[in-house]
This record gives sequence, C-alpha cells and structure tokens, in this order.
Amino acid sequence: MPALTRNKKKGAKSQTPPTKQVTKPRTPPSKTQSKPQTTTLKKGAKKPPLKKQKKEVVVEEEPLEEDDEVVSDASIDSESEELDESDDEGGKGSNGFFSDDEEENDDDDETLGDDFLEGSGEEEEEEEEEEEGPSDVGSDSDSDEDDDDLVKQSEAIDRKLAKQKADADAEQQELNKQDESEHDAFRLPTEEELEEEARGPPDLPLLKTRIEDIVRALKNFKAFRPAGATRKECVEQLKADLGSYYGYNSFLIGTLVEMFPPGELMELIEAFEKQRPTSIRTNTLKTRRRDLADVLLNRGVNLDPLSKWSKVGLVIYDSQVPIGATPEYLAGYYMLQGASSFLPVMALAPRENERIVDVAAAPGGKTTYIAALMKNTGLIYANEMKVPRLKSLTANLHRMGVTNTIVCNYDGRELPKVLGQNTVDRVLLDAPCSGTGVISKDESVKISKTADEIKKFAHLQKQLILAAIDMVDANSKTGGYIVYSTCSLMVAENEAVIDYALKKRDVKLVTCGLDFGRKGFTRFREHRFQPSLDKTRRFYPHVHNMDGFFVAKLKKMSNMTKSSEDDDEAVETVEQDEVSDDDDDEAEAIEENRNKERRTKSKEDKRSKKDKKSKSENGNVEPKARKQKKKRSEWKNEIAQAREEKRIAMREKAKEKK
Amino acid sequence: MRPLDETETTVVFEKLFKFVGNNLKKIVENPSDEGPESTAGSYCFRLQKNRVYYVSDALVKRATNISRKNLVSLGTCIGKYTHAGSFHLTIMSLSILAANAKHKVWLKPTSEMSFLYGNHVLKGGLGRITDSIVPGDGVVVFSMSDVPLGFGIAAKSTQDCRKLDPNGIVVLHQADIGEYLRDEDEL
Repeated sequence: MPALTRNKKKGAKSQTPPTKQVTKPRTPPSKTQSKPQTTTLKKGAKKPPLKKQKKEVVVEEEPLEEDDEVVSDASIDSESEELDESDDEGGKGSNGFFSDDEEENDDDDETLGDDFLEGSGEEEEEEEEEEEGPSDVGSDSDSDEDDDDLVKQSEAIDRKLAKQKADADAEQQELNKQDESEHDAFRLPTEEELEEEARGPPDLPLLKTRIEDIVRALKNFKAFRPAGATRKECVEQLKADLGSYYGYNSFLIGTLVEMFPPGELMELIEAFEKQRPTSIRTNTLKTRRRDLADVLLNRGVNLDPLSKWSKVGLVIYDSQVPIGATPEYLAGYYMLQGASSFLPVMALAPRENERIVDVAAAPGGKTTYIAALMKNTGLIYANEMKVPRLKSLTANLHRMGVTNTIVCNYDGRELPKVLGQNTVDRVLLDAPCSGTGVISKDESVKISKTADEIKKFAHLQKQLILAAIDMVDANSKTGGYIVYSTCSLMVAENEAVIDYALKKRDVKLVTCGLDFGRKGFTRFREHRFQPSLDKTRRFYPHVHNMDGFFVAKLKKMSNMTKSSEDDDEAVETVEQDEVSDDDDDEAEAIEENRNKERRTKSKEDKRSKKDKKSKSENGNVEPKARKQKKKRSEWKNEIAQAREEKRIAMREKAKEKK
Repeated sequence: MRPLDETETTVVFEKLFKFVGNNLKKIVENPSDEGPESTAGSYCFRLQKNRVYYVSDALVKRATNISRKNLVSLGTCIGKYTHAGSFHLTIMSLSILAANAKHKVWLKPTSEMSFLYGNHVLKGGLGRITDSIVPGDGVVVFSMSDVPLGFGIAAKSTQDCRKLDPNGIVVLHQADIGEYLRDEDEL
C-alpha cells in the first residue's frame, strides 16, 4: 500500500512532461477511459493482461485516493515521474513496477514486433501507440505504460543497434570484397617504374599509399598477396619506401623491420615523428608534488600527474610561462626530465647511507633523482667523461640542493682503478648509445647511424658494464646491484651486452620492478640469449608514450670474475677452453690492479684486497665435481699462492724503502 | 684539494659572517648525514682549483683517491677566489645562506623577475624586511612564498628604507638563481 500511496500522490503531475504530451493526441481516447487526464504518453501498450490488472487497480483506486493525502513528499521525484504517470493512470499492483513491466513488455514485444523495424525512436513509439491503442481498447494499464515504455524503449534501442551492426557487417564484407578485388590489382612496382621514380623527387602520396598497401598485404599475406611477389620482395620494397618517405637510412630501417611486425612498425615510425610529452620531476628534497603542482597551476601551467607508477612525475600539456625558466625551476623545485629517465633510477632503488656510482651522469637528472631518493645521505660519485658537460652536471646538482655528491671526470672504464674494486653498493650505468630510441628528439639519428657505429657502441658498453660490475661489492649489506640502461632499441646494444656481462662476471638478472614494460628479447634472429633476459624491460614510444628505452638490473653474486660458473651455462665445450684462457688473463690483470692499488695506499683498497683474498679462497671451495672445474680450482690455488708470494715481496720492498 | 689555511679561512668566514652572523657556528658544526656510515660526521671547507667547497668530512675522505685533475666538485661550492685574491660567494651557496640568514628581504611577486634578471632591489618591490639592517650587511632575498631568490648587500638601513622613494635601491644585487640560466658557464 505505501507504494500505491506514493504513486497516487503524484497523480497530478502526470500531464506535465511536454514530450509525453506530444503523443497524447495520437492516443485514442479509449486508452484513457479511467482517467481522462492521464493519457498514455509514450507507449500505450494495452493488452488483455493489462486490462486485467487495470481492473484490479480500479478496485483499489478508491482506497488509494483516500491515502493520497497522507503520503509524504519523501518519494523520489525524478524517478517517480515516469513511474508516477504509469501509476497514476492505472495504479499498479504493489508487487513492484518492474516485475509488472516485464510481464507486460513481453506481450508488448509481440505486438510491437511487426512494426518495429519501420520507424525509429519516437516514430516507433508513436506507431506502437497507435497500433496498440485500437487493439487494446479498454486496457488501461496506464500505470504500467511508462515502465513498459522504458523497457520497450531499451529493447527498441537494442534491436536498432543489432540491426545497425548487421548492416555494418554486411557493408564491411562488401568492402572487403572490394578491397580484395582491388588488391588483386595491387602489385609491386616493376623495375622500370622504380627507375622512373628515382629520377625525379620522391612522390610522397604515391609512396604513402604503396606503404599502406604493402603493410596490409604483409599482415594477411595469403589473402592480399600481390600477384607474383614473394614476401621478401614486399619487405624490401617496404624498406625502400619507408626510407625515402620518412628519411631513414637503409641500415636503420632494416633493423627496425627485423624487430617489429609491419603493423607495429608503422605505429613506431609514426610515433617517432611526433614529440613525446614534456614531463618534469618534483625534487623531493625541497618540496612535494602536490605543492609544486599548485604553484605551477597558479602560474598558468596545464599539468597532470605523470602516471600511476611515479609519485614524483608531472606531465606538462601547455604553459603560459616557459617551463624551464620559472622561479621554481631556478630554485630547484623540479627538473625537466623525460619520463623514460625516471625508470633506471626507480629500478636502482637506492637506499639511505649507501655508496652509489653514476658512471655517465651528465646532465644530472638521474643523479639528482638518486640523491633525492637517498635524502642527501650516503655518498654518490657522479662521473662524466666529457668536460663540456661537467658544468651542467655541477650546476644541476647545486640547483637541486644535492650535497652528498662528488663529481669527477674520468673515463668510465678507469673508474674501478680509481675508486677501487668491490667498494660501492650500487652502480647506475646509463650507457652512451646510438640513441635510436630518441629519434623523436634528434632526427639526425635516422641517417647517421651505421652498423659500424653500433658495433663500436656495443664494444664500449661491454667494457663499461664490466667496469661497473667490478666496482660493486657483492657482499654489501643492502646493495650489490647494477642497473644498465640505454635509450636505444638495438638488440646489439641491449640484450647482447647484458648477455656478455652474464658470461663474464658472476652476476644474475633480477626483476627491475618496472612491470609495465615489454620483456626483453631472449632470442633474436640468429642470437640465442640466456632465458633470464626476459627480466629486462623494453619501453617503446608507441606503446608507453615515452622515449625508447631499455633497462636491466643485475645482482652481483660474488666478487669473483667469471670462471667456473661459465660451465653451467656454456653449451659448447670450446667455449670453456676460451674461458680458461680468459681466466688466466684476468688473473694477471687483477694482479696488476692490485699492485696499483697498493701504491695508492687507500684504506679501501687494502680492505678490498683483503676481501678479494678471502673471496678467492672461498671461490676455491665452491667449484664442484666437474673435472674441468677441479682443474680450474687447482689453477686458482696456484694463482693465489703466487699472489701471496708477490705481496710478501712487495711488503719487504716497501720496508726496505722506508 | 686541500684544507683552507689561516688567511683563507678568515676571509671566508668574514664573508659568511656578513650574511649569517652568529649562525656561523651552526654552519661549521652542522652534523651531516652524508657518507656511508650512519653516524653523523661534520662539515668542513676545502679548496679545490680556487673554489671553496663546504663538504662533510666523510665525503672528503673518500674523495682523496680522485686525482686533482679529475676532481670537479664536492658537496656544495660556496664561492671562489678571483685572480686578485679576493673571495666572492657564488649563488651555489644560497641554500646554506638561506637556512641561516640573519637579514632577510621579501620581494613582491611583480619584482621577482626583475631581480632574477640581475637588477638591484628597489624600494617599490619590497614586500617585507627584517629589522636592524645596517648598510653593508649581507641580505638574503626571498620571494613572498619563502623561496630563496638570491642575495646581496644592503644599501640602506631598515629605518632609511621606510623614508626612501620607490625607485631607491635597497639591496645591491650580488647573486641570484637566474644565473643558473644566464651564466651557466661562469659557475
């Protein structure tokens, strides 16, 4: 009853909605037998079952009317308007409007079905009403009509959508057929045509359409194969076209084609043509992201938090003031930094009171981030080889209020000799690279990088990563990690370098903590890398909307240089022989290093020597049952003894000198 | 890198005293969290290539194995010696000065940019000023939101400032954070 009273109360409102009134005149008066006012607005679906209900309602009406005045205004207005109308007209049973509606609507659908497809929207409704009117003479389930209307409307919409979809599918199929017929006509240009093209300046629209055609063909080669052309020919033509359309040299476009499927390749190349969004990093030594965002918003900068994986990043959409020259920037509250540069430092995860080395630190974005994470405790060595870049590094460090950093100017490969081996907790190596991931920043990379340059970079990177690993103390309480990152997409500079490090040193890959990136390659063309390389991460402009980047995190297991551990992973026995030779060389090199260290007379060096001694002894215990390993452990014993003898000799010499 | 000798130390301390007054003691005895040990060290001054650095001793110890040619910077650089032998504080010392400044001046938002371009502080741009400023004192310049902008030498005492006309110079500019952009090479 309370429900009824609610409805009753709103009876007076039934006529108000103007839209509903439009349909009123069309509804035959028969519908409104019981209440002349409340004509069915939209769907006056009257049916026998409705009539029955109507009768019931009629019986109940009188008591409802009495209760009308008692009803309070508490009932919901907006919802109830539609409900009210239906209620007003018929006074539904108190079972619940929706359940009644459903029953009625089923019936409604049957009657509606014939004419449903003809009209659309209101027209349909009107038609329905018109039809139903005469058929439902005397059935005044007006109370239900609105509810019916709602459900009918929704079903009508569903049906419409289904029909549209069916039409669209039919059209699509027709189009496909047309495409196919067109593609039967698509063919690769002949040599003559190519010569003609080569004569004049490149015809860009023609190239573009040809590129699109080839990409479509390659995606579904069986269906769209151009007449008489192999896949290889299509790919070659695509390379040539992409090169001339976008301005890449053949080497670079060749490597990109090898790495990505055609569709993704197009996305990548398109992404390289555009700039990535500008982003800044809050300097947590001086402020918080929220406060900085407020201040910048006041200056008229349009910004947003960068992503959910970063708590300090902000992305700048546009700004009325130059973002690199605000007083806040000058006071060191933030740093202009690409989003991809946050990643290696997040992977490094430095802790307070640690010793960190940043091997290629300029211009200092990552170094300052490390210092902020460490809260100016501990110690950072920021090294940079190129003198002109040192100034910007120093300036940034001071501007951001970093006080725990020593800046030095060395070639990264010399750093272990200077700082000592096995002395620091973590190392960040953001290696110099070909820069193929940041083509959007520097277009000259498209034409200037050749296979030789990549090889040179890879060689340098391999040396640097070994030096970086040598600096880390495997027994450090909180650390023992090396993070290697580049802004390049080339496998030769990324996975190949990590694989080399895994072979040469006792390190293993660990998860970076950056799970939103793509996994690195474990095999690529003819290369087969170790399976743990899927813990490295690659980032692409077209997927993550940041510069192309590669990050790998290594944990140093022991301070030994690679020897017996190789055997476990080496597939061929030949390699083992090679490794043994390397071992001897390394032993000699280590001896030389030790001599130099003695000369410098630093405490750390002495400590490290002691560490090495103990470690090498431990290492001798480790090698296991394999025959070759036994041999190597024997060599190690010999080497250790030789070293001790040399050390004793040196000490005596030093004593004599004094 | 070497520690400062007597004369050099006095010169540096004198300059600092102008800005921080008795807080000089705090600066010298500040416990530092830097260095890999968790116990607090203390700060000291070192001279490297005519630049004076304010570093914690833990860093100093570990920087000894970097050769003189290759060491570029340690901790915070607070100033440099000119060829003539006089010592100037540079903008990089601002964080230390601002934390311990005795005399401060706050600029109105409209005149912030002017100061950042290297101009002197005029009376019209002055928001607030601490009392008891004597001409010749070191003054640290802040913006109204307490962002340190730079420092300079007071031209007038606080009392005189009130009587000054709006275009009178209140603080002579010595260094400001705009130099990070303008004079990057000089730093």
